[in-house]
Amino acid sequence: MDILKNSVGRKLVMAVTGFGMIAFVIAHLLGNTTLYSGPDGINAYAGALHSCGVFLWTFRLTMAVMLSLHVFFGIQLTLENRAARPQAYTVTNYRASTFAGRNMIWTGLLIGVFLLYHLLQFTLQVTDPEIAAVRHPDALGRPDVFTMVALSFRKAAVAAVYVCAMAALGLHLGHSIQSSLQTLGLNSERTFPAITKGGIIAAILIALGFVSFPLVIYAGLLR
Amino acid sequence: MDLTLYVWRQSGPASAGRLEEYRAKDITSDMSFLEMLDVVNAELVRAGREPIAFDHDCREGICGMCSQVINGVPHGSREKTTVCQLHMRRFRDGDTIYIEPWRAKAFPVIKDLIVDRSSLDRIMQSGGYVSAHTGGVPDGNAILIPRDDAETAMDAAECIGCGACVAACPNGSAMLFAAAKVAHLAKLPQGRAEAARRVCVMTEAMLKEGFGNCGNHYECQAACPKGIKVKFIAQLNREYIKAHLKDGRDT
Ligand code: HEM
Ligand code: SF4
Ligand code: FES
Repeated sequence: MDILKNSVGRKLVMAVTGFGMIAFVIAHLLGNTTLYSGPDGINAYAGALHSCGVFLWTFRLTMAVMLSLHVFFGIQLTLENRAARPQAYTVTNYRASTFAGRNMIWTGLLIGVFLLYHLLQFTLQVTDPEIAAVRHPDALGRPDVFTMVALSFRKAAVAAVYVCAMAALGLHLGHSIQSSLQTLGLNSERTFPAITKGGIIAAILIALGFVSFPLVIYAGLLR
Repeated sequence: MDLTLYVWRQSGPASAGRLEEYRAKDITSDMSFLEMLDVVNAELVRAGREPIAFDHDCREGICGMCSQVINGVPHGSREKTTVCQLHMRRFRDGDTIYIEPWRAKAFPVIKDLIVDRSSLDRIMQSGGYVSAHTGGVPDGNAILIPRDDAETAMDAAECIGCGACVAACPNGSAMLFAAAKVAHLAKLPQGRAEAARRVCVMTEAMLKEGFGNCGNHYECQAACPKGIKVKFIAQLNREYIKAHLKDGRDT
């Protein structure tokens, strides 16, 4: 398909898949807030998700396809962009671009590595078998997700990994909310400042939301 | 005033270049940046050395030939100003100035500060025109164009094809240039007819020439001497989407 060879076509794939993942990230954040209502909250929430059966797998497959397309084209576009300037300037003086914008590939790859760890840790539950929720039911017989998460985030190293990964996510989204709206053509001179500012604020809120879980638990405020 | 210059010298496309140091002496504040280089070159010629090669033509900000990255900024740091219109009063006695050519794979250096920008011409040749028959000279009001559309088209048409957008872009993308052409023609009834094909072939030609992809960094807008806005890139993106929604084909 020519769209997948075109410059704008592939950017549109990045924007659509990126937006799909942002929708997921927001839903995931809201779902995770059940952690704050204790074991009853998140264990019930996790149980409900797992009872969705075929829908859960359809959803996981969709996410995997979106992520694969996003990573593939993200790397391909970045390599082309690097090749387009074989000789660097001696003096650079950026006046409009941001640190976040110029480092999308690095924040993206960091998120990717984190994602692998995160899935091994809380979805496949193979990193810390002694607290794996699937093997340790709570009083009602549900996998004890609360205890798994709470004990994980009591470890400084684990909490630190999450804080760093969410900083990367915050930077990635800080550029990309604005960028994807521009790519989709949903931007005008009038809406431009609001979209840029709104995108950064949304990115900070999402990152802070996720960071709150390891921080609150590590600080011993949620047991 | 006296200045220290570090200028990119490269004897040909295949040779390696390097920055060389020069002194610009007795420069007055009402000289243009190019006139300052003329003074330096006159001195070099007198001393029997090779003058600095740089592009220029109109020296009044309309032809798009002048092309120098000054202290990391294409055309220098004065907003909406070409190098030829940049005056030495923007600098102070004792300043150090780095002068480099546009740097992009699609703009190979010919000599010193002169680069080959024919890749932009080839993007134009791919689709930056109207092939529809427009007939004889029409009555002034035969084709109605709303004022706002005419103004927007003229804003986009201000692009002088200098390539500063490419030079400024961290990705070496020519998206602002392509967007100015696509938007300019798509806004007018004569250009509208071929808008779908145009946006597809021009963006394809862009990649074929070795330009990068737009990362929405907006360095181009900051560097453009004609104030071309990135809203035209949003319009190019809309045109691309429309081209595929309408007839589902790519040319
Ligand atoms: C997992 C590894 C990831 C990698 C390697 C990655 C890489 C990239 C790269 C390189 C870009 C810039 C593309 C360009 O403009 O040239 C980008 C854009 C973007 N990313 Fe990611 N990313 C990843 C994960 C994510 C996640 C998890 C989300 C959402 C939660 C996301 C959302 C976005 C969005 C919305 C854009 C903007 C698209 C546009 O500019 O139109 N990315 N990504
Ligand atoms: S868009 Fe601006 S910077 Fe780019 S070629 Fe046209 S006039 Fe030059
Ligand atoms: S020499 Fe013509 S625009 Fe500068």
